[in-house]
Amino acid sequence: MKKAKKRKSGFMKTREDVIFDTSNIIFMVLLCLVMLYPFLNQIAISVNDASDSVRGGIYLWPREFTWHNYEHVFENASVLQAILISVLRTVIGTGAGLLCTAMVAYAIAQEKFVFKKSVTIIFIMTMYFNGGLIPTFLLMRDLNLIGTFWVYILPTLISAFNLIIMRSFIEGLPKSIFEQARIDGAGDFRVFFQIVLPLSLPVIATVALFLAVFQWNQWFDVFLYNSSNEYLTTLQYELMKILSNSATQTGDMASAFANSGGGSAEIVTPKSIQATMTIVASLPIICVYPFLQKYFVKGMTIGAVK
Amino acid sequence: MQAQTEVNAPTPKMPQRKDKGFKAFLKKCKDQRALLIMTIPFVIWVFIFKYLPVWGWTMAFQDYKPARTFSEQEWVGFKHFLFLFESDRFLGVLRNTLAQSVINMVLGFVTAIGLAVLINELTNMKFKRVVQTISYLPHFLSWVVAAALVSSVLSIDGIINEILMGLNLVDRELLFLGVGEWFWGILGAAETWKNVGWNAIIYLAAISMIDQEQYEAAKIDGASRVQRIIHITIPGMKSVIIVLLIMNIGYILEAGFEAQYLLGNGQNVEYSENIDVFVIKYGISQFNFALATAAGMFKTVISFVFLVAANSLSKKMGQGGLY
Repeated sequence: MKKAKKRKSGFMKTREDVIFDTSNIIFMVLLCLVMLYPFLNQIAISVNDASDSVRGGIYLWPREFTWHNYEHVFENASVLQAILISVLRTVIGTGAGLLCTAMVAYAIAQEKFVFKKSVTIIFIMTMYFNGGLIPTFLLMRDLNLIGTFWVYILPTLISAFNLIIMRSFIEGLPKSIFEQARIDGAGDFRVFFQIVLPLSLPVIATVALFLAVFQWNQWFDVFLYNSSNEYLTTLQYELMKILSNSATQTGDMASAFANSGGGSAEIVTPKSIQATMTIVASLPIICVYPFLQKYFVKGMTIGAVK
Repeated sequence: MQAQTEVNAPTPKMPQRKDKGFKAFLKKCKDQRALLIMTIPFVIWVFIFKYLPVWGWTMAFQDYKPARTFSEQEWVGFKHFLFLFESDRFLGVLRNTLAQSVINMVLGFVTAIGLAVLINELTNMKFKRVVQTISYLPHFLSWVVAAALVSSVLSIDGIINEILMGLNLVDRELLFLGVGEWFWGILGAAETWKNVGWNAIIYLAAISMIDQEQYEAAKIDGASRVQRIIHITIPGMKSVIIVLLIMNIGYILEAGFEAQYLLGNGQNVEYSENIDVFVIKYGISQFNFALATAAGMFKTVISFVFLVAANSLSKKMGQGGLY
């Protein structure tokens, strides 16, 4: 901001500046187009008549507008069930994850806590190694979590990365607030719930976004643990199934799905179903993240640049 | 990306053994019971869910049969590891893992730094914010969605083929995901598309720390825009670049698996299959738990060695370590 103003007042824009700025802006517009095009293209296909889309030539705008693809997707019982599971795991996973992460972060942010360092290290270590896929799978089996909803929530309660972000934030809060509360006789739980949580809203927003995105986007744990439980699959997993079927060219799933509707004159195709499911599976996040931008940018930079 | 998790915890107050030793320690624990209640359940949790699976590595040295108990398993030493390194398939998998992560890493660094520099040069604040918001978008999509987008862009009737055909650069449509040799490049491009905006965040933060007076002084001295970028902006990011670069060495075998698994197919398998995908295929699809565990364990151990080495290197260079 400052730079721009000063340039105007003190310096003329040189020819080099004009060339640089213009080409930079052109580059940025192209970049935005590359970032957005695949997504906008799928939106256009999802609201275009399916048999018309097959002819190709749909880019950023539908040729024959229709909501039929969406109607078809939302009439499908297994998609509705998948949406329910996706929403449930996002809400429960984010809520539970936030509370647990914040609690541990609060404890390890306390100077005086006897196990401050050891607890911190125990969690940090988990960033650098893990038992791997098969041992984790067998553990879930031994804990009888396979085939349950809780296999989505329990194993991912706390991530070391989120814990560090939260701890750094809480450590940065003015100490005097805690001390005053303690002098007034408040215990750690009261300080945590009544003082630290309300003051930590920016970092809570950041971590909540990370957790929600993680939960909403998960498909691999569904594939591992619940692929045979139809009522526990998520939206991303259903999309994955459509995708892998169209990749192998058999198209069984998508075309069976596509033609299962019946009764209606309009047809749907694997291509339009895939586009519609892609949009349904990503729209909720796309609608939320821009509003949390200033929080997550801050969260990402905590610790990196002090 | 992992470097921002720097832990420079101030030296904790250890239980004061000088005073009354164990008794004082117990008293402290009693005083801090609320903090203990807040952490102990999660310490137990982390041991069960994160540390206990490491015990499963014993499987890599057994002819593991799920039906048997631990004491009934047959121990076979390094048999599975030897099998891995004698099989051409695994050597190819190893090559793919290294190639994919090196390509992703180099592309990731160069593009994120470049984007940060160029975004910083934008003078219209509103435009700048819009560009940034749009550049984050792909990061928030799942790999399933991203793979759906990538494969539709690259499909026979996708935009890339249409552009190439329109410009008469090719005679007929290309089957991008059907050519094994192209997979690493496609993966690198997809990875860059997905994460470049996100990765630029940290470099933009570093740039914002640079003293503005340096730019003013350079301008008075007649330095051009490009000269200012080369002599002020890039050196200003140096320490962040070095830390991230060193830390990424620790992730040399971690090329991810989602993109490879979702974009991989029978035609490109010789170039798409990396260690993680290999583990999934052997372990989950073929139930060869022991061999899959051996491959996974190999990856984790090597990564860990690299990480420790990278961390001590970083400390030696005065950049501060991760732990």
